[in-house]
Amino acid sequence: MSNRVDFAIISDWIDQGSRVLDLACGEGTLLADLGKNKQVRGYGLEINPQNIQNCIESGVNVLEQNIDQGLDNFGDQSFDTVVMTQALQALQFPHLALDEMLRVGRECIVTFPNFGHWRCRWYLATKGRMPVSKFMPYTWYDTPNIHFCTFKDFEDLCHQKKLKIINRMVTDSANRGGWRTRLLPNLMGEVAIYHLTRGE
Amino acid sequence: MPETIPPDSVGLVEPETVHFDRPLRLSCGQTLNEYDLVIETYGELNTEKNNGVLICHALSGHHHAAGYHTMEDRKPGWWDNFIGPGKPLDTNHFFVVSLNNLGGCHGSTGPISINPQTGKLYGSDFPILTVEDWVESQARLADHLGIRQWAAVVGGSLGGMQTLYWSMAYPERLRHAVVIASAPKLSAQNIAFNEVARQAIRSDENFRDGQYLEEGTLPKSGLGLARMVGHITYLSDDAMGQKFGRELKSGEYSFDYGAQFQVESYLRYQGEHFSGSFDANTYLLMTRALDYFDPARKFNDDLAQALSPAKAHFLLVSFTTDWRFSPERSREITDALLKAGKQVSYMEVDAPQGHDAFLMNIPRYVNAISGYMKRVAVECKEAAV
Repeated sequence: MSNRVDFAIISDWIDQGSRVLDLACGEGTLLADLGKNKQVRGYGLEINPQNIQNCIESGVNVLEQNIDQGLDNFGDQSFDTVVMTQALQALQFPHLALDEMLRVGRECIVTFPNFGHWRCRWYLATKGRMPVSKFMPYTWYDTPNIHFCTFKDFEDLCHQKKLKIINRMVTDSANRGGWRTRLLPNLMGEVAIYHLTRGE
Repeated sequence: MPETIPPDSVGLVEPETVHFDRPLRLSCGQTLNEYDLVIETYGELNTEKNNGVLICHALSGHHHAAGYHTMEDRKPGWWDNFIGPGKPLDTNHFFVVSLNNLGGCHGSTGPISINPQTGKLYGSDFPILTVEDWVESQARLADHLGIRQWAAVVGGSLGGMQTLYWSMAYPERLRHAVVIASAPKLSAQNIAFNEVARQAIRSDENFRDGQYLEEGTLPKSGLGLARMVGHITYLSDDAMGQKFGRELKSGEYSFDYGAQFQVESYLRYQGEHFSGSFDANTYLLMTRALDYFDPARKFNDDLAQALSPAKAHFLLVSFTTDWRFSPERSREITDALLKAGKQVSYMEVDAPQGHDAFLMNIPRYVNAISGYMKRVAVECKEAAV
């Protein structure tokens, strides 16, 4: 079992034996865990050759495919859950990706870093420069993260799209959601995990 | 010629001829009452007989996939890069089986064999075979070897088509299907190139309606031309550009039609070399088998439907500059497998070599096959305990 906090939460939200599509699946850790512990049948999409190699070596189904070019090859509602961890902010069109995820899957789970976290705000306010941190190690010109948002921004988008939030969690680097993150998520939370479906 | 056999080579190998006397009914309606398949095997079949790996060859391939026949051999088998101790198809773990397909010209029954019914060479009377027929004959070979289920069937190009068909026709008889630089059917352009190749052969005056061996001639220039056309489609524009550019042999134009550009002399050499070692009727037959392959045809062109019986895990590999069987063609197969809910991985290897890349030592490609097959080897061991 991997020790990534967000993976543990996502795993709780996924049903036994369901069909899962993991967008930007990295080394396939989540899918491997889900396969072992929840008998999930799944595929990961990835474009990084080393990650693809790792997936193949660990027996995770991986498809070399760029999410920015769409998910046309997947049928409507062909998965129970479509997952995307820490990649939304790196996409060309995050809002369209969200639509696609909920076309292909009944539900989706998205995780992304919170640009409204107090450290970002403090960095920008005091230094007047784009925040660079352990979690956002890039400079503005070479970052793959081209669409940062805050939790509030993301919820706005969900609202506009009339998406139903089944579940949400906010974590910080230390634990899986202490009282601070629960009280002031947009200020204290570092990573958001949203579980969404189309509103009825 | 190897001075000494490299440590990761299967070493000196000897082909073996297997005779089959159970009649084989072919797609074309004819029956082969008896036939031979020439094979080579590398590694040992374990006691559980669960570590067999079948190699399906491409258009001009044959049974000699790895190792050397004699110490005088100029080159090892055609896929020696991939087969041997410690190589991706690791003969320390797998029992690798490679054959010359029926209709071939390297020892298996084909146009250059004697027709037992007439006592004469088959020549152009040899029936046209299909991928389906090959797979059927390979299944009988598996029976003969005592292999109920292959650990994996592996093939590139036309070999990939055989692999794909194995998964549909005999779902229980393979656990993994590795389909490399292949396609679910030929495009009009693919068929067009095949037709040019066939016309080159058939219009050679030495072809004699396919009975050239009986008549003591050889359609060498036709077969050479066919190979030249084929060879162009195996290379990418970039690969050709890098290899030859516009380089002239003498540095100056000589205002005649001799081979002046390096690319011309290369192609002529390829054509000549090939026409001296391959049979024209076999070439016709192999290209036709390619044309006819279209497993979705019986399922209203629904490839996912055709693949629905498959139980194997699939690995598909394509190469970015392959324009004969481009990455899109491998993605068609992948998408159909996804639609059918099969276990599948797909990768697109950035390689400049074009279609020929599937034969080559490209690190990312080698690592992927190697990584995939290591898991297959572990499965064999686990199942054996």
